Formats: sequence, C-alpha cells, structure tokens
Amino acid sequence: MPDEPLVLGIETSCDETGVGIVRGHTLLADALASSVEQHARFGGVVPEVASRAHLEAIVPTMQRALDEAGVTLADIDAIAVTSGPGLAGALLVGVAAAKGYALAAEKPLYGVNHLAAHVAVDTLEHGPLPEPAIAMLVSGGHSSLLLVDDLAHGVTPLGATIDDAAGEAFDKVARLLGLGFPGGPIIDRRAREGDPASIAFPRGLTAPKDQAAHRFDFSFSGLKTAVARWVEARERDGEPVPVADVSASFQEAVCDVLTAKAIDACRTNGVETLVIGGGVAANSRLRILAEQRAAKHGIRVRVPRPALCTDNGAMVAALGARLVAAGVAPSRLDLPADSAMSLTTVSVTG
Amino acid sequence: MLVLALDTATPASTAALVEVTAGGLTGISERRTVDPRAHGEKLAPEIAAALADAGVRPADLTAIVAGVGPGPYTGLRVGLATAASMGQALGIPTYGVCSLDGLGRAAGPGRVLVATDARRREVYFATYVDGVRSAGPEVAKPAEVTGQFDRVVGEGGLKYGDLFGVPVEEHLLYPPGAALVALAAERIREAAPSEPLTPLYLRRPDAVEPAGRKTVLT
Ligand SMILES: [Zn+2]
Repeated sequence: MPDEPLVLGIETSCDETGVGIVRGHTLLADALASSVEQHARFGGVVPEVASRAHLEAIVPTMQRALDEAGVTLADIDAIAVTSGPGLAGALLVGVAAAKGYALAAEKPLYGVNHLAAHVAVDTLEHGPLPEPAIAMLVSGGHSSLLLVDDLAHGVTPLGATIDDAAGEAFDKVARLLGLGFPGGPIIDRRAREGDPASIAFPRGLTAPKDQAAHRFDFSFSGLKTAVARWVEARERDGEPVPVADVSASFQEAVCDVLTAKAIDACRTNGVETLVIGGGVAANSRLRILAEQRAAKHGIRVRVPRPALCTDNGAMVAALGARLVAAGVAPSRLDLPADSAMSLTTVSVTG
Repeated sequence: MLVLALDTATPASTAALVEVTAGGLTGISERRTVDPRAHGEKLAPEIAAALADAGVRPADLTAIVAGVGPGPYTGLRVGLATAASMGQALGIPTYGVCSLDGLGRAAGPGRVLVATDARRREVYFATYVDGVRSAGPEVAKPAEVTGQFDRVVGEGGLKYGDLFGVPVEEHLLYPPGAALVALAAERIREAAPSEPLTPLYLRRPDAVEPAGRKTVLT
C-alpha cells in the first residue's frame, strides 16, 4: 500500500449522506446530501425518513465525489464506511452500499467508528495529529471526551453525556424559544445580540460532589429544563421573553462546561493537544472559549473548519487512510452495522 | 449474458447468478440465508459465494436485477443499496422487479395469492393468474385480503394460512432468483436503460409532528 493511500469514505449514520475521497492527508472530494429539511417539521431526526433519504442519495452523492476528485472506483485503494455508532437503519444503507462498491470494484473494506472519524478529519486541515491528544466530540448525537493514544488502533473513552447530547440541548432550547431546527446555528446567531451573564443557568456535573464519579461526564438535561422553567415563568407573568439573552446565557452554560472539562482532561493526562469535532464544534463561542482557556495552560486547540466538523464522508475517508497507512487489517464482507459500537473499536477487523 | 439477482424483501437474503440467452434462462448458482435481521450481514458474502461458485468475477456481470419489495424496509434497503452500488461500480444497468411477482411467476399456472410477512400482523399481498399479477400489491391484515385464488405462496401464507382458506405451498416461500431475472429478461436482452431502484414501501414513515410545546411547570 502507498504511504498516501487513495481512500473513499461513506457516512450515513444520521441525516447526512456523505462520500469523501482523500489521498493521505489531502482532501480531494467531499460530497454531501442532507435530509435535514425533511426532519425540520418533526423537530428532530426521524430514523425512517433518514434511511429512505440515504438510499435515494447514495449513488448520486458517490458520483459527485468521484467527479469532484477526478478518480474512478478502480483507482481507489480502499473503501471505508461508518459501521457505527448511529441510527441502525441509516447505518445499514451506507454499509450495504460500501459492500457493493467494495465487492464490485474488488477493494478492501473498512468498517469504522464514526467518533474516531470525527477525530481523524482534523488531519485533513492541520496535518498529522500529535498523539496523545484529547478529543472532545460534541454533536446532536454525541458528547464525548476521549484520550487518543493511537487513532489507528484504539482510543480511551474518558467521559460522555449521561443524558442529552450537547447538540440535542441546542435543538430543544431552540424549539422552546420557537427558533426552528437545527438549533445550534440559530442559537449561536441570536446569542451574539444577548448578554451571556444575564441569566445564571446551571452547569451540570461540575459540583465537587460529582467529581468522583462524573469528572469527565456531561449532563445537559437539567440545563434544558432550567431554561424551559425560566421561559415559562416569564410567559406566565405576561412578560416578553428576551430570546437573545436566553440564547446567550444557555450557550455560555454549555460552552463553559464543555471547555472546562476538556481542559481538565488535557491537564490530568499531561496532554498538550485538544481536538474538537462534531457539529457543536462549529459554535463560535465554544471555539473562542476553548482557545482562551487552553492558551493559559499551553494547550493547543485544533478545530477543523465547520464543514468538516459536521458529519461527512471526508472524515470517514481520513480515518480509512490512517488505517491503511498503519497496515490495519480490513473488515470482512459480513461486517455488521453496529448502532451501539463501542468507542474502543476504531475499526472492525477480521 | 450473466445476470446477478438480489432480493431482501422477505426474511430471506437471496443472491443468484442466471445466464440469459436469446432463447431462455439458465440458473448458474444461488445462495440464500433465511434470517429476518441479518440481510446486512449475509447478502454480500452470499454474492461473493455465488460468484465464486460459478468461477466468475464481478466484472463478468452484464446486469443486476433487484426485488424492490414490498418488504420490511430495513432489510429491503440492504438489497437495493447493494444492487445500486454494484451497478454503479461496474457501469452496468440495474432493473427493478416487484418481489411478489417473483413468487407469482414461480408459482406457475392457476389463480394464486402471494402473501409475505409485513410484520405488525399484516401481509404484503398480490394475486396472480398464470404467473401474471392481476391485483395488488397491497398491505393489509390477513383477514382483510380479498381476491380469487385457489392456493397461496409466500411465507405470509404459511403464517396466516388458516385465514386464507386455500392450500399453502410450503416449498415456495421466498422469491427465487431465476424468477426475478425472468421478469426482467426482455429489458436485459434489449439492454434497456438502467432504472433507479425505488423501493415499494406501501406505508408512510411513522412520524408525528409535534403538536406544540409541552409545559414543564405543573
Ligand atoms: Zn457525528
């Protein structure tokens, strides 16, 4: 295998159908089809709607990626696909398609972990990842802190949300403020006109009593409820709801907890690199706060550009390229879609 | 012309190779696993095995025929995603056929009900006269199935045979690969344009729009 393998990645774990193509650390194509608008009126991703959309989108998205990269399937060294975690029916479409491509083009197949792919994608922007690193992955489906010793072989989960994901909290608060779906970008925008210190919302699992069992875990359910209670109390009193202030204060609570715990994880493990990925990594306040806090401790923050933070095929291809370069064995054709894939599995081998 | 047939519209995952000539069809190899939750794991190895059994490579294929259902969605999509991606990778046409038609065609002469399990105590069904569909496909409770038929094929017949009141042909439970290819034989011989493989869902997604914000203050 070449040092800079040409790898194709397929992503269908949630509502984005992504096909990316990379050569080593170089991004050649990143084609995406989203069903997000079909989910908007339901206020969240509907698994069956997402699965139907993936089946319709996979062939045209593949074609766009191949055209954009100027390569054919025959040129590809390996095909990587998200085999978990994610929505079972959605994952299955991508895994089945990836097997079809791998079978027909007679290429090795790599079933990879979606979260590890969120870490790997940063190499497309910032080059090889210094290891060990701490990765914080925050999106509508996940909120995790990981210790990355060797991305090709394994990562160590340090903590995760015990209830809602960070992005889910943004969606729910946006809904109760009547701002639409998905909530992250809208709240980010509204928060810019608000005062983040105007309302003291709770910071979940940051109390001294939580440190023993939940030092690196997150909880956003209580925050969401606190926002709902605050808003309803205003409405009941017949007063207008200051949407910008609520947005800013809510966002500050989320970003405060995320960055504090991420920096704590770096310092505890003697790690100097923090990678942030997932859709919430696109949040402007999270980026600023992480930079400010990391700088105080000599920690370098790596956040890929927003288009690479959200789910896409390039991240899967990036991880696939790393696996190929490291000589990791490919997956077999009976590779299952594993909706609850453990973080300790970076790729499914043998 | 070597044709690959795939069907995952029933608990069976089927991969078959069929030789299509100007005069007829010859089955070359067929692999099948019956497991309602394992299409995603079983189908691709079956295709590889069916090809290996025949001593051919994917590049030797001329066309792909896929059963487009109706069938339980998750499994059905495995066959269609696999067929579509293989067709794209090989640059060969894909043709869709109704999976129930495969059973109807294989059932042969007479008036036949094809019924497959739609879960939720319902069946996908259609009726056939001498192998050609006369009504359907539809989804309904077994007791609500209407039509004129003298026997039933498909595993819906096995499961709800008492309700249909006609003999059940237990040897014909899943669409055979050769019957699916036969249904597309004209298109294959004419090298008709490739078709998008659109699933026959027959049901809308279960999704409820939120009625409004629920209060958390009680
Ligand atoms: Zn993600």
